[in-house]
This record gives sequence, structure tokens and C-alpha cells, in this order.
Amino acid sequence: MAKTIAEINEKIKKGEAVVVTAEEIIDLVDEKGTQKAAKEVDVVTTGTFGPMCSSGAYFNIGHTRPKIKLGGGRAYLNDVPVYTGFAATDIYIGATALPDDDPRNKVFPGKFLYGGGHIIEEIVGGKDVKLRAAAYGTDCYPRKSLETWLNIKDLNEAVLFNPRNCYQNYNVAVNLSDKVIYTYMGVLQPNLGNANYCSAGQLSPLLNDPYYKIIGIGTRIFLGGGVGYVAWQGTQHNPTVNRGENGVPRGGAGTLAVMGDLKQMSPDWLVGSTFTGYGVNLTVGIGVPIPILNEEILKWTAVKDEDIYTQVVDYGQAYPSGKKESLGEVNYAQLKSGKITVQGKGVPTAGLSSYARAVKIAGLLKDWIKKGDFLLTETVQPLPSVDSGVTFKPLKERPIK
Amino acid sequence: MAKKRLVLTFPHKLVDQPITYHLIKDYDLMVNILRARVTPREEGRLVVELSGGKEPLDKGMNYLAELGVQIQPLAQDVQWHQERCTHCTACIPICPTQAFTLDRQEMTVSFDKDKCIACELCLPVCPYKAIEILF
Ligand code: SF4
Ligand code: SF4
Repeated sequence: MAKTIAEINEKIKKGEAVVVTAEEIIDLVDEKGTQKAAKEVDVVTTGTFGPMCSSGAYFNIGHTRPKIKLGGGRAYLNDVPVYTGFAATDIYIGATALPDDDPRNKVFPGKFLYGGGHIIEEIVGGKDVKLRAAAYGTDCYPRKSLETWLNIKDLNEAVLFNPRNCYQNYNVAVNLSDKVIYTYMGVLQPNLGNANYCSAGQLSPLLNDPYYKIIGIGTRIFLGGGVGYVAWQGTQHNPTVNRGENGVPRGGAGTLAVMGDLKQMSPDWLVGSTFTGYGVNLTVGIGVPIPILNEEILKWTAVKDEDIYTQVVDYGQAYPSGKKESLGEVNYAQLKSGKITVQGKGVPTAGLSSYARAVKIAGLLKDWIKKGDFLLTETVQPLPSVDSGVTFKPLKERPIK
Repeated sequence: MAKKRLVLTFPHKLVDQPITYHLIKDYDLMVNILRARVTPREEGRLVVELSGGKEPLDKGMNYLAELGVQIQPLAQDVQWHQERCTHCTACIPICPTQAFTLDRQEMTVSFDKDKCIACELCLPVCPYKAIEILF
């Protein structure tokens, strides 16, 4: 009864594909059992909407007259520095970039109200941004400075390219110290005042394909409201972690590098975010379709919040010092209930990844596929999995004498 | 028993007057000061919760108005920009008055202005700057 992606695509083109979200599949499997559900369902859609620091976009702005070579020079978008180590008119802006004159954490905790993530949101939203650039001038590119408004519609290329997104599971952050701390996992109140988590759990793409049997290089995805692709495994991809009996990693594991045409995307699904005392970020909406090729793949997509476990980590001491210490395991049903128990104490929970938005993304992707607007892809190359030996290593520092 | 959360703005000349004393003593009101700010050569602003009988409360407010105190409901100074809210839920455990609540079925957040005491604890917590307190 195994199906192929080509067969599923035929059904999609005819408008006959049966598509459900990774939330809906849970009830369906409870009701019909995996065998019957695997026969009936063609595609399960997943979704996630969380802050992802390793995000950014590159642009080709077109040549000026006379020509300028930004490569090796300096350039700013709305006073936020962009990377110019490419050719004459290519620039890259990273989500966490800050204006040179931002006070950062000089007055602690820093506010970080504006940076790369916000600029990407504005550019996607069609707002003009101000480019200021200085170059050193060459015989072929004589011009030395440039100040101009830019708009996404005039750029030759505008491409979102995120080296690490879509973490397969993540730590729950708590604070055992006696002072408030400000982290990328949010504001953590002292003495276990709150526990912050950041995953869409049962809807999260890689938690529905724990061994990367479907999601690989070349997979077509929903990215920021448009169509994107998995370009590579993400940085820090770590498939060889501890897993539960259901194959699901019990903490941060796989990641994806993703890219897509920014011109098709929308500021609803690419939102600049601010983490007090930490910095600026970009919250990215991603949805990945999983073709139900056989019963095993379906079983994985039916994973429930209560079957996905992760580690509670102290960001007061253990995390910043680089110690791998867990204060215990909790599952996403517990996290979403509003309270978990850590060291015998009830701790209220808060999310950073929006489950409500993940539901919407999985729903939108489902609609696209049902309407025949979105076809599934074969992967070009699988991601490194448990047998790859790939691990996430700390830096081996070698002092420079 | 009636209750009102108000932002009171005192002109400079009233800043040193024992007005809360009169509200308590003469109008038999409970005065819960939530926040206060007085700056030299400027006006003073007070976020208060006044509670008492309906009639004394009305009379007390008249007294304030006659003195020249500007009265505004607190809810006007608090804004939740719903279109910026992503329903991340980061504000849920921090809010002391449950002005923010979470529907755990849908995982969507809603905000009840009338419960907010403008403590500003949620401001550094919200990654999307969805809450604005004008006080
Ligand atoms: S200011 Fe924020 S935390 Fe304080 S009561 Fe209002 S909503 Fe709650
Ligand atoms: S922290 Fe801000 S964005 Fe998140 S749910 Fe609360 S108001 Fe909405």
C-alpha cells in the first residue's frame, strides 16, 4: 500500500489529496488506527513560529552610475550594519545586527528595540529603508559613497537565507539564582519563578519526522508566508542525541538551513522581536509537508505533546558556564498546561514559540496543497541522521601565544 | 461597593496637598495607590484604585474635579496592540492581575484592560512590544 511522492502529487494536481495537519492526524489515528489512517491520508502538514537568531536575508541592489563596489566597504540599512564581504552590490543583513550607537547592555538590561530582525520585517512589508554605504573606490568602481532609499520591489534579488532554523525540540529555561536574568529564552524570574519553553511540540516539523526520513535537502516548505526550500542541515545539527523509544529526541537535536524568495513572503510570518537584555531577533514562520508514504511515517506524524520530552536547564548557572546539566525531563502537554514541577516546586510556564500561529501555518499549508498550489518534492540528499556520527561539538580553544 | 481604577493628574499647585487623606477621612473611600510620579516644576500623576459606596465614590470624584485634578480611567492609558501580539504566551506568568489570560485549548492570549494595574512588569517580557502603557 506504500505510496510514492509522484502519486501523491498526481492527487494534489487533481484536487483529490487528503491533507490534514499534525494536530488533526492525532485524533484521526486515535479513531481509525494507523493502518487505515495511512491509507486514507496523503499529506500531514506541520508548522512552527518561533524566534530564530540565525536568520537573515541577502539582497542585490543593482549598480549605481558611476559604479560603486560595496564589497570590502561599509554599508548600513536604517543605521544597522550589513555584511559587505561579497561582490559590488550584494549585501546580507542578519537578524541580530544592531545599530552602532545602540547602547546594548551598557544600561542593563538593554532594551534592543530595533535591529536586523525589524528591518527584515519592514522590507518584507514593502517599507522603504535607507541605505548608507562607503567604499574605497577602484578603477572599475570609482564611486566612494552612496545614500539612497531602497524598496524590495526594486531589488534584483531579495532572498531569505537562514543558516539555522526549525530546531527539533529545545531546552526549557529556568533560573535557580536569586536575581532576575535576561536571556534569549526570555526574562527568567529568580528562584524558579517561571519556566520558558520554545517549540511547537506536536506540530513542530522535525518532531514529526524524527529520523529525517522525509525532510531533507531540497524539501519544498512554507517559509515566511511564501515558498522556500531546505537548503542544508542547519548549523549545530545534532542527530546523535538521546532519543525516546518513539525516536523523538529528548532535547535540542536536528536543525534546518532554509531559504526562499523574500519577495513572496509577508510580515505576518517574519516578525522582528526583542529580547530585553539579550538582543534583537527574527521570528520565522515555517511549515513542512510530510507525505504519508507508509504506515511508519504516519506513526511519527501522530506524535502527541505528551510523548515529546525535553530537558529543564538552569540558565542562572549551568547554561552560561557550558555545563550539560538537566534539572529533569518534562513533556509538552505538561508545559502547555501552565505548570511544571522542578525540584519539587510548581513553576508556571510560558512559551516563546507561538502554538496558535503554528496551527495557522499548518492550516495554510494544508489549504495550499488541497488547492493544488503546492506540490511535494523528493529530497535531493537526506540530512545526516543517527548513523552519521555527526555531533555538535564545543569549541576547542587553542591559546594564541 | 463600587471600584474605579483611575489616573489622576495633579496640577503643580496641588502636589503638596493631602488629598488622599481627605478622600479617606471625608469620603470614607479605600485608596489603593498603584503607582505615583511627581516631578519638580511639573504635575504629579497617580494611578489609584478607589473603592467605597457608590455615592461617596461619586462625591469623592466631584471633590477631586473641583480641586482641579484631572481624572481619567486607567484603561485609557493601557493599550494592547493586538495586531503585534503573536500569542507567544511569554506574558502569562508575569502578569500579577491576570489581565492577560490564555485559552489553553486554542493557545490564544486575550487582554482585559480593566484588570490591568499598569505595573509594567510585562513590558520587558513581551518580545513584540504589543503592550503600551502611556502613564
Ligand atoms: S502592566 Fe502588564 S503585567 Fe502589569 S497588570 Fe497590566 S498587563 Fe499585567
Ligand atoms: S508577550 Fe506580547 S506577544 Fe506574547 S502573548 Fe503576551 S502580549 Fe502577545
